[in-house]
Amino acid sequence: MLYFSKLRIITVIIFTLLLSYFALSNFFKFDDNLFNKNINLGLDLQGGSYLLLEIDNKPVVTQKLQSKILEFKKYFKDKNLILKNFSIDKNSIIFEVNSNDVEQVRKILDDDESEINPYFQQYKSHQFDFTEENNFFKLSFSRYGLVLLKNSSLDQAIEIVRRRVDEVGTNEPNILKRGNDRILVELPGLDNPDRIKSLLGKTANLTFQFITQKSEQSFGSEKLQFEDGLEEAIVSKRIILSGDNLVDAKPTMNSQTNETVVSFTLDRVGAKKFGKATSSGVGKRLAIVLDGKIISAPSVREPIIGGAGQISGNFTFQSATDLALLLRSGALPAPLNIIEERTVGPDLGQDSIDAGILSLIIGFALVVLFMIYKYKTFGFIANLALVTNLLLLIGVLTLFEATLTLPGIAGIILTVGMAVDANVLIFERIKEEIKNEKNLIIAFDSGYTKSRTTILDANVTTLIAAFILFFMGSGPVKGFSVTLGVGILTTLFSVYFIARLITSLYVIKNKDKERII
Amino acid sequence: MTNLAFNKFYKKFNVLSLILIIISLLLLLFKGLNYGVDFKGGTLIEVRTDKNSNNISLIRDSFNQMNLGDVSVKKFGNETDFIVKFEKQNSNDPKFIENIKSKLSNSIGDVDFRRVENVGPKVSSELLKSGVIAITLSLAAMLIYIWVRFEWQFSLGAIMAIFHDVIITLGIFSLFSLEINLSIVAAVLTIVGYSMNDTVVIFDRVRENLKKYADIKIFELTNISINETLSRTIITSITTLLALLSIYLFGGEILKGFSFAMILGVVFGTYSSIYIANPILVFLKVSQKTIVKEEKD
Repeated sequence: MLYFSKLRIITVIIFTLLLSYFALSNFFKFDDNLFNKNINLGLDLQGGSYLLLEIDNKPVVTQKLQSKILEFKKYFKDKNLILKNFSIDKNSIIFEVNSNDVEQVRKILDDDESEINPYFQQYKSHQFDFTEENNFFKLSFSRYGLVLLKNSSLDQAIEIVRRRVDEVGTNEPNILKRGNDRILVELPGLDNPDRIKSLLGKTANLTFQFITQKSEQSFGSEKLQFEDGLEEAIVSKRIILSGDNLVDAKPTMNSQTNETVVSFTLDRVGAKKFGKATSSGVGKRLAIVLDGKIISAPSVREPIIGGAGQISGNFTFQSATDLALLLRSGALPAPLNIIEERTVGPDLGQDSIDAGILSLIIGFALVVLFMIYKYKTFGFIANLALVTNLLLLIGVLTLFEATLTLPGIAGIILTVGMAVDANVLIFERIKEEIKNEKNLIIAFDSGYTKSRTTILDANVTTLIAAFILFFMGSGPVKGFSVTLGVGILTTLFSVYFIARLITSLYVIKNKDKERII
Repeated sequence: MTNLAFNKFYKKFNVLSLILIIISLLLLLFKGLNYGVDFKGGTLIEVRTDKNSNNISLIRDSFNQMNLGDVSVKKFGNETDFIVKFEKQNSNDPKFIENIKSKLSNSIGDVDFRRVENVGPKVSSELLKSGVIAITLSLAAMLIYIWVRFEWQFSLGAIMAIFHDVIITLGIFSLFSLEINLSIVAAVLTIVGYSMNDTVVIFDRVRENLKKYADIKIFELTNISINETLSRTIITSITTLLALLSIYLFGGEILKGFSFAMILGVVFGTYSSIYIANPILVFLKVSQKTIVKEEKD
């Protein structure tokens, strides 16, 4: 165990120097651009906001089912089959058919090739599963159909979230999918997430609908509240124009009223629709509805045909800017709920870094002093391995651009404390071996050999714990598992290559000394 | 090498451990754990106040007037820093935190919210579930590893030692109502790893000695093995405790609970690898045959 080939020595040295260089590049700016990776600081260290959003898919499912009903009606009507008494129950459509049509309807629903089973060719699964009772059919989304639906609404939502966050212009936001109905938003450096929260909390479904003259709610109209919550109006359900047709929106000042308004531009289709509706509706009040609430309802004085318009509604400049932003980025497919939020202010982050580094330095110094007190020369060797270990650990973290969190720093300090264990095991074993073996080189050699399995066993157990934490843990705790796990690997390297190399050089030189350890 | 008669106290310490475990289990059963917002849901705010004159009851009173459910206020490190926790969580209202802040500054002067954590009920129950799964899974993984490496008697001994450490650590957390949050789960897992590590070192030596000395009874043999590895056991505990003490004292308030759990774990882990793991080998009458038979298989 004490012999090292030249090639191996060179490899070890190069490897160590390289990783040390990586590690140090975090602290010093080197002139070259060979290596520009850095350890990322977690949100708990640099400050920032972590938001977990959950998409509420119920409206999406209902909407999808409603459009499916229309599709079904038409499809079966073309085949001269009458479907009636449609209703929607959670994830299912229920309808009735004439008793002599049951057989045929069942056959179509079962047919993998029919148009109403669009998924089968691709996924070998129906979009809907069905059950029947008497003359009633109940079609429910199949597991696959539901997953597909959720995924597509999540993809859409994530895109909108990204646009909204980008528009606000925070630095390097991190937006990720979590499962099939969640979105993780990390906003480094942001200490007040209120604005982003209010932007993400709105679906931003914009519609233009006429206010009807009727005083009672009836079929084809609905009662909606104004934004201020004071007034109400009966609004026709017919949607003249929706936010989909908007190509741009920005806050402007209306020169006549000196009011802040949101100006918008429509695409060609939108302009046409809008022109047509406003031509026929001169004199009527047009309600501008956002997420089920009326922002304002101006009277149409003349047809608006240019494809541009303004929304007024007691805006401040900030609220007009936000509305414009929402309209530009488009509507979410479904509402998002914030189910978890963690925000750390930048000064707390800095305090944590300072405290972490202070405790690392003190912990390191204590362990180093203790080892020198206990083992003298060999304590010095163990400490050398410990320093290398730290450099390697930070080097590896840099190489993989890992995220360092506060518990991660704790993991590094803990590694310092536990890393000497392997060297202690070896040194204690060597002490035992020296009692029976006069030849120092042989004693050292068998000390290394005999302690090897123990060291391996002992480290594998901690590695298992780190591994499980990595897969089960989240956020800061994950950072801990990374430093702990990588720390074990670098510990083994520094003990078996660095410390053993120095030990062997030292022992070979001093093989005739009496009390060496 | 030392020659202390650890084995003379096997019985006494086993009784002590048993009592501690029973007390811990009773505490866990009847008093329960003090879950933080990670596992219970709700809101946590780290508040820094402007002046030193603000005392806890003043802050508690102003929070109590805001209708936020159960409110708890604790000092957090500095004289000016407090941790406020309450049941209500309402992240969907973007003004929720802002309103609290303005109400609070109206009654006690300028405040800075250094940290806000807001965890919904669904997320907190998921976090709790995954925490429990993580600990269970790591215990199972350790069990399997040690089963593959050693004989089942050793495996049982090591697992009992780990259970002992985890239960007593949690018992102490329950006794002093210390908060259980995500980082405590990380600490418990690390304790599991550390305790295992310590036990494995002694077990490796027991196994080696079993092969070497056919005629020494396991009762005596464990004692020899403990003594042979004792200096390592002590040195490693000391260096680990030095590192942990440094985190506890200088690493800031956020890491206090974590490092405290780890310190308990290291102390009990070291104790249990001597006084729980070894007596079980004695109890199961492990002998040279145990390992020779296994190796023939």
